Amino acid sequence: MSRLRSIFAPWVLAAILLAIWEGACRALAVPSFLLPPPSEVAVAAVQNLPLLASSAWNTLSVAIIAWVCASLAASSVALAVSLNQLAEDAVRPLAVVLQVTPIVAIAPLVNIWVGLENPERGVILLAVVVAFFPIFSGALTGLKAADPDLERLFDLYGASRLQRLVRLRLPSAVPYILEGHKVAAGLAIVGAVVAEFVAGSGGAQGLGWRILEASHRLQTARMLAALFVLAGMALALYAMLQVGERIILRRWRGR
Amino acid sequence: MLPIAELAGVEVDYPRGRALGPFNLALAPGEIVALVGPSGCGKSTALRLLAGLEAPTRGTVHRASGPGETSVVFQSPTLMPWATALDNVALPLELVGEKKAVARRVAGEALARVKLTGVEQAKPAQLSGGMAMRVSLARALATSPHLLLLDEPFAALDEITRRDLAQDVHALWAQSKPAIVFVTHNVEEAVFMASRVIVMTRGPGRTAGETAIEGPLPRPQGFRTTPAFRHAAEVISNTLDAAMAAA
Repeated sequence: MSRLRSIFAPWVLAAILLAIWEGACRALAVPSFLLPPPSEVAVAAVQNLPLLASSAWNTLSVAIIAWVCASLAASSVALAVSLNQLAEDAVRPLAVVLQVTPIVAIAPLVNIWVGLENPERGVILLAVVVAFFPIFSGALTGLKAADPDLERLFDLYGASRLQRLVRLRLPSAVPYILEGHKVAAGLAIVGAVVAEFVAGSGGAQGLGWRILEASHRLQTARMLAALFVLAGMALALYAMLQVGERIILRRWRGR
Repeated sequence: MLPIAELAGVEVDYPRGRALGPFNLALAPGEIVALVGPSGCGKSTALRLLAGLEAPTRGTVHRASGPGETSVVFQSPTLMPWATALDNVALPLELVGEKKAVARRVAGEALARVKLTGVEQAKPAQLSGGMAMRVSLARALATSPHLLLLDEPFAALDEITRRDLAQDVHALWAQSKPAIVFVTHNVEEAVFMASRVIVMTRGPGRTAGETAIEGPLPRPQGFRTTPAFRHAAEVISNTLDAAMAAA
């Protein structure tokens, strides 16, 4: 019963907020270009459905490609770095620099490097950059998070470095790696959208571009429609990964 | 008889200061020794020296250093949460180079010896605390060690489970007679488990006193109520009190 309630609670709250929004817009006669009521946003969403869907797919596919690339890159760097303390000391601060530098600030540079005629490559690259850190950081933390007594046990039986890595450190890192991937997926979407904004040429036709385009034309309802599709997509992706994580973790610890 | 393992005049210094010593301990084959002392007296450090997991700052350690000849059971079961009970027990065998099939067969036998059958495929999270400790014990015994080091292995368990396990440890000991060093801060448990109880001073630990415990091993029914048991427990308690007061 309480579980059902906690599932419904956010939907009820969203419905209430939408109702207030709709009511306020009508009562105060807010101009549509400033803030259209939800009903108008819904109409805009339905009217632009094919375009929004294809744009959503563009952004999503970019984010997924970037996520996979970031996963491969970040996991292998984390693995390599975990084998050597000096390498870790050298790489970790640089990874942090990459993470704290705002992606918007890097984007114009990347767009020049990949060539202005290839904005989609720039978009993928930028999404990779933002998705890299959580996976790298999670994997590296996980690889060093093995139970110290289990480490001692491996010492006791004279385990080789390879045995220790494969039989202790990698399996210990699984929950951390999953968590990193979950966070990275959300960030990959953020990266893709930001990169579309900066590319700004219409060459990368994702949801970011739809929002930018509608904003230039003062079509606020279309902007909001694209925004809601984006939020829904990111939420669905996150929920899927959450379920996937739970299933894998349940297998991992048998409960 | 030549000692199976020996700490001779060992001292261990940590950055925060001396943790142990000077301390001497010689273990005869098949002997069960309990180390009793207050927290932070270096009991666990002494155990890690015997396991070869740490080197002394001064003094010498003699031990059988072949892989699998020394086993440790830690305070918590320390099982790999992602692996089944059987795989956990098979681990040391595989690490010392046993073939997978052999390792699994021996691991299954070890589980049976600690009275765990039917939970081979269970993961640690599905086991009770006592069962997890038995798996840990089975893992320690899987390589047929000559020296078994128990670091407060029952500390996290309830009294009834502790007593069960104490008897089981004796039964297992009777099969292959490894030397056992048992660290505890429970005087009665030490008297029940060991043929020799060494009381340590507050850290840095030294020997404050040593008491031989009369009586057969494994312990007969009702051993805890015998005069010998009561007397030994009293002597050791007094030694412990004196050691605490002196420090």
